[in-house]
Amino acid sequence: MSHIPGIHSAGMRAFLMRTCLADHLAPSVARAAAEVLRRAGVQVRVPAGQTCCGQPAWSIGLPDEARPVARRALRAFAGPEPVVVPSGSCAAMVRHGYPELFRGTPDEPQAVEMAQRTVELSQFMHSHGLEPQAVAGGSVTYHDSCHMLRILGERDSPRAVLAGVEGLELREMEATEVCCGFGGSFSVGFPEVSGKLGEDKARHAAATGADELIACDLSCLLHITGRARRTGIPLRARHLAELLAG
Amino acid sequence: MSADRPVSYPDVAGTLRQRTREAVADAELVGNLRASADAWAAGRTRMEEQHAFAAMRERARQIRTDAVGRLPELLRRLESEVRAAGGHVYFAADGAAACAYVVEVALARGARLVAKSKSMATEEIKLNEALEEAGLRVVETDLGEWILQLAGQHPSHIIAPAVHLNRGQVADLFAAESGRPVPREREALVAHARGRLREVFASADIGVSGVNLAVAETGTLCVVENEGNCRLVTALPPVHVAVMGMERIVAGWDEAAHLLEVLPMAAIGDDAATYVNLITGPRRAGEQDGPEELHLVILDGGRSALRGTEFEEVLNCIRCGACLYSCPVWRSVGGQAYASPYSGPIGAVLTPLLEGPTSPSAELPFLSSLCGSCDDACPVGIPLHDLLVRARARVRPPQRRRERAAFRVWSHLWRGRVGYWASRVAARVGLRLLGRRGWVHRLPGPGAAWTSQRDLPSRWPPT
Repeated sequence: MSHIPGIHSAGMRAFLMRTCLADHLAPSVARAAAEVLRRAGVQVRVPAGQTCCGQPAWSIGLPDEARPVARRALRAFAGPEPVVVPSGSCAAMVRHGYPELFRGTPDEPQAVEMAQRTVELSQFMHSHGLEPQAVAGGSVTYHDSCHMLRILGERDSPRAVLAGVEGLELREMEATEVCCGFGGSFSVGFPEVSGKLGEDKARHAAATGADELIACDLSCLLHITGRARRTGIPLRARHLAELLAG
Repeated sequence: MSADRPVSYPDVAGTLRQRTREAVADAELVGNLRASADAWAAGRTRMEEQHAFAAMRERARQIRTDAVGRLPELLRRLESEVRAAGGHVYFAADGAAACAYVVEVALARGARLVAKSKSMATEEIKLNEALEEAGLRVVETDLGEWILQLAGQHPSHIIAPAVHLNRGQVADLFAAESGRPVPREREALVAHARGRLREVFASADIGVSGVNLAVAETGTLCVVENEGNCRLVTALPPVHVAVMGMERIVAGWDEAAHLLEVLPMAAIGDDAATYVNLITGPRRAGEQDGPEELHLVILDGGRSALRGTEFEEVLNCIRCGACLYSCPVWRSVGGQAYASPYSGPIGAVLTPLLEGPTSPSAELPFLSSLCGSCDDACPVGIPLHDLLVRARARVRPPQRRRERAAFRVWSHLWRGRVGYWASRVAARVGLRLLGRRGWVHRLPGPGAAWTSQRDLPSRWPPT
């Protein structure tokens, strides 16, 4: 198990990045993430000045527009504590994108430093051996979001955290490593292709017969459930944090 | 706006969005693409289980990076070795120069029939058109390429150009071309093509091939294939013209051997290709086989300008097509929607780089969900995800003007607490006004594209 240097389980402190998507469309995800961390004994700081990691502009090829927003995150999360993010994609943006976004600017050292202590929620829990302290009956299927799986290289942590929930069964879906088709601007730039991939994903998830779909990325879930709803595929979904918060 | 160096097909109709919309709605097409991609994936998984693939990939990446770094030196060596072996070498600054040279060679020989084997470089420079305009007949002898020539279509995959067609569709094409029914069984289709193409090999005046890899230290051209047609194209006609992108080179045989091992693993999910042709010069005195003349055309076409840039790694590509098969977008629309010989993730990065940032192909990098499957698939470790993001950033005004303006407003709002707070309030109010029993069915303005395909939960978690 890999521990982040200088952080110990007892009296642990952490920043929580709420994420802009949760702020705008699903505040319950950020609230649940804070609750899960607190219940595990972590002192959570939720900086009021945070907005967005800047990924929407960065990934569409507008780094000059992304940088001022990302700079705000650098300021909001300044300090020694790890930054815990209930999104594999936002965590990947900070970890992988910030060093390139700020390369050659005065903020580069701070960006590299923040990248090193930013971690996705289930990664944080798993790497520190934090128990989810949750009980849930029934079954779930888990969606591997792409940035979580391939940029963070994280397949095991969310599954380990799910395995720690008493009474919960995980049913793996077919083609779990294939993209759901959300892709940020891709979802509106090429909506038909995006929609087709989302429908495939919703069908695979529904075919498991699990009670609900769980993921570490709200963006994928909004897309998959929205497409499922439009095409009449019965599918319930929640963010991992919401499942753990109960 | 036209490109400085056109690589894309000018005759493809519709916008990129329209083409993807039509392709993804074509169930037969999507079925064909996914069947072939699934077969590739199974082979690839087997390769990764049987070989130390990660280590092989890292070595391949180093070999390619080294070759691209030493490109001028290696090309000079290749040139002198090919000349020493009796071949001719021509450096073409662009596609037009390359085509003009090949036409000149053909006309000087009084040639009438050109037999071609599969080559991405010739597809890139539209060599067939140039030869046909000069009055020559050109026949593609790769089965897939021949099928497409009959169908009047462009290739959809780097390795498997006709992969978007199934056997029934191919049988119909063959029947239309020959005027007699052709059974749809694999053997019958191959036998039919073999019969038609054999006449071409025997009577062609010029054979044109591509080059998978040139070995600088011996001046040897490696041409990898599965059908045996490359061997005939490069050996039977009196003149062999080989066209290669200038980056398709390695220093020596250690490096070549490794890449020739990795290539079929990545491309077809198998340990070896059926044929590897190693061509060093034309026929020598006392030899029975081989062409009288060998011409090597080395194409720049915008490649040398990429060295030393943040896109340099795109030159590491060995044209295996693995990133296409791995890409969920390619698997859903096929290569023809890209309107470029290079499709999928590598094509979305490479095409606009070769053409220039003001070409219509500049929008290709946006045709990606940035899922990163291509990074995992690439046997030489090209960071395609990052290159796609950088290629998006390379698009300059006046292109994407509206998007840029919108993000400028966004950037100003979200860099401060007040603007961000206002944005949250607007979202909350909007969802409440538009939501019907927990869902929004139609969003106004830029959100309309979202709700064209999906509902939006106005309460989360959705019920």
